[in-house]
Amino acid sequence: MCLAIPGKIISIYQENTLTMCKVDFGGVIRAACLEANPEAQVGDYAVVHAGFVISLLSESEAQETLNLFKEMEQMGIKLPDEEKEEG
Amino acid sequence: MTLLDSFRDGKKVRAAMDELHRSVTRPWTIMEICGGQTHSIMQYGLSDLLPPQIELVHGPGCPVCVTSIELIDKALAIASQPNVIFTTFGDMLRVPGSHGDLFSVRAAGGQVHIVYSPLDAVKIALKNPDKQVVFFAIGFETTAPPNVYSVLQAQALDLKNFSILVSQVRVPPAMEAVLSSPHSRVQAFLAAGHVNAVMGYWEYLPVAEKYRVPIVVTGFEPLDLTQGILWAVRQLEQGTHEVQNAYSRVVTKEGNTRAQQAIQKVFMECDRNWRGIGMIPMSGWRLRPEFARFDAEQRFQVGDIQTHESEICIAGLILQGLKNPHECPAYGTLCTPQNPLGATMVSSEGTCAAYYNFKRNPPVKG
Amino acid sequence: MTTSSLPHLEGPICPLPLSHPDQIVMGHGSGGQMTQQLIASVFQSRLTSEALAANNDFGSVALPDGSLLKGRVVVSTDAHIVTPLVFPGGDIGKLAVCGTVNDVSMSGAVPLYLAAGFILEEGLPIRLLEQIVDSMRDAAQEAGVQFVAGDTKVVEKGKADGIFINTTGIGWLPEGMSIGGERAQPGDVVLVSGTLGDHGIAVLAARGDLDFETSVQSDTAPLNGLIQTVLQAAPHTHVLRDPTRGGLATTLNEIAAQSKVAIHLDETAIPVNRVVRSACEFLGFDPLYIANEGKVIVIVPPNEAEAALDAMRRNPYGQNAARIGVVEATPAGLVLLKTIIGGTRVLNTLAGEILPRIC
Repeated sequence: MCLAIPGKIISIYQENTLTMCKVDFGGVIRAACLEANPEAQVGDYAVVHAGFVISLLSESEAQETLNLFKEMEQMGIKLPDEEKEEG
Repeated sequence: MTLLDSFRDGKKVRAAMDELHRSVTRPWTIMEICGGQTHSIMQYGLSDLLPPQIELVHGPGCPVCVTSIELIDKALAIASQPNVIFTTFGDMLRVPGSHGDLFSVRAAGGQVHIVYSPLDAVKIALKNPDKQVVFFAIGFETTAPPNVYSVLQAQALDLKNFSILVSQVRVPPAMEAVLSSPHSRVQAFLAAGHVNAVMGYWEYLPVAEKYRVPIVVTGFEPLDLTQGILWAVRQLEQGTHEVQNAYSRVVTKEGNTRAQQAIQKVFMECDRNWRGIGMIPMSGWRLRPEFARFDAEQRFQVGDIQTHESEICIAGLILQGLKNPHECPAYGTLCTPQNPLGATMVSSEGTCAAYYNFKRNPPVKG
Repeated sequence: MTTSSLPHLEGPICPLPLSHPDQIVMGHGSGGQMTQQLIASVFQSRLTSEALAANNDFGSVALPDGSLLKGRVVVSTDAHIVTPLVFPGGDIGKLAVCGTVNDVSMSGAVPLYLAAGFILEEGLPIRLLEQIVDSMRDAAQEAGVQFVAGDTKVVEKGKADGIFINTTGIGWLPEGMSIGGERAQPGDVVLVSGTLGDHGIAVLAARGDLDFETSVQSDTAPLNGLIQTVLQAAPHTHVLRDPTRGGLATTLNEIAAQSKVAIHLDETAIPVNRVVRSACEFLGFDPLYIANEGKVIVIVPPNEAEAALDAMRRNPYGQNAARIGVVEATPAGLVLLKTIIGGTRVLNTLAGEILPRIC
């Protein structure tokens, strides 16, 4: 239920009472609604589903996750898990 | 975007897979409830790389598949009316109702348009003031924000010719329905990362506790899926049942609170009929009474629908992970993507279609 | 349903037809003066040949010298229907010429002559028609083929999407050439001449329903030149086919079924333009199922693979040519893809219309 891909916000504007933005998905440009992420700025990465920005993408978190895997790749050892929530 | 490519990097996936192979000591059954994740697993052939002890079961995560046949029939009835422009997501077009599908309505002259976003449907309503524009608002929680904002926008613009036919469903009740079935074999869940981008994952804490199952919020790229499975397996091996977030670049515990507020403003919880499964209490959303004028079911009196479902189709059992497509007597013979008997074969990420399109034979070792 | 705002005065019933220089009207299809004028000003001025100049209802043409001794005539026909009529990288006219030139060339034949039938919708702007026929002239010139016969008809508004074009092509296949979908053999190498999915995405973007912008251009191109250089470098080529509707996956399935072999592909080797890939991702499409109009699949014996690849890369339409897989005996009839992460999936034939996904 979740086809959403990240793209870069290249402009923000108002249209027909809604705050919208243009998002560049690797060369494909599409409009998306920014109402649920008013703090977003041009240059941020947005996750877009059905023409709507459902959240922003944190590059630092992404890099952290990738680093975990890089270490796994290089050392082939078991790593401690991320923080768990109490169930 | 190179970041996306990194989460598809074959070397990293293999390293994570190796770690997974090292971590597993017993058979485990893990369910993912997301059509998008089912699709991704099939597309990349991820199952081939998993340890043989891990059984990945696909849950009722395809909103196209679980939309009740009554609603499909109502959609067909509305779309067939003159003066109606019926707008929908593409994958709804071939879902079989009791008699035909939206494709056949279009062939008979009905105006059926595919849109990428419900907001595009509002634009169509603006451009066609003399027509009634209806949008088929299906989806899990991920799709609720765009669906809700289409109504808010229509309200702000005082549109008289726009309405939505709602078939919104929610994940937590579905998880509970699966887990409370006496035949359930599910020991852990991969939660649909984009649902959680909207809703956060605070709703899953009581579920994990009550049923003592680990739940891992998981993304969609091969690396994300491998990580989700790895963390679930580690918990299973350790005997813990916590909620973990393996999609932290997009998901937080609280989720998108503005989106949640908008959803609460426009929608309220209701019982919903899941095709093939039956009624799950409070598992859906419907429009609140103050937005009733945007409810297509009320605007178009399409009551008295006599439904007819194929008797051979076992989509319900498949959606609950109780059976695999291979175990259906009609699979691949009477029921194929060209001639689907049920919704799970129609939707491109329905389990049966995914199996058929990506794995026509039993797993082929590459 | 005729909603034309023009008075119904033109055509054979009126002794002095009104002149309509701007758009096609029913009278243009009547066969009388208006038709003659249309053919002369729009078609004959652009698509010239001795055969057409003779002004008969048929075109009489000669086959290449010495051809009467050995070899075969190859014929192909195609109807072209595309919306919108003009798209980035081409238009329906260019498509109509290249599509048929390519079909004839897939046999190994040299395409020589084309015939075209036009069905024009009432209201079609003549300027647009002229642009389309200009494209046909240019494409035919590049391909080195001549138009030798043609026909036009006009239908009422609403009965055609602006214009439908049917083209039939004739080519000459020298003796000794045996290329066809049933000829793939275990051990053969599968090559493709360039990036996949460009045409389908360009047209979809131009159509506007899904409201996205992109720089992707259709790859519509005449491939007979490229194919001839491939055949010179790899004279034992087994299969040539262009992956049009249904894309690479569907076309390879056809070949696997015809030849009763398996085709094993490597996903990392399949060339896809980065922007096409992004467009497919956001819509939920698979580039392997999207139509191409300027690409060819070449299946050759292994000892000729390098030469064939080299020949393609030296041609402007083959710069991104790549080796994408091999033919094996089993599992017969199937196309298998080794994914970028090392898993395997079966590439099925396209079932029906490609629909954008929400999940």
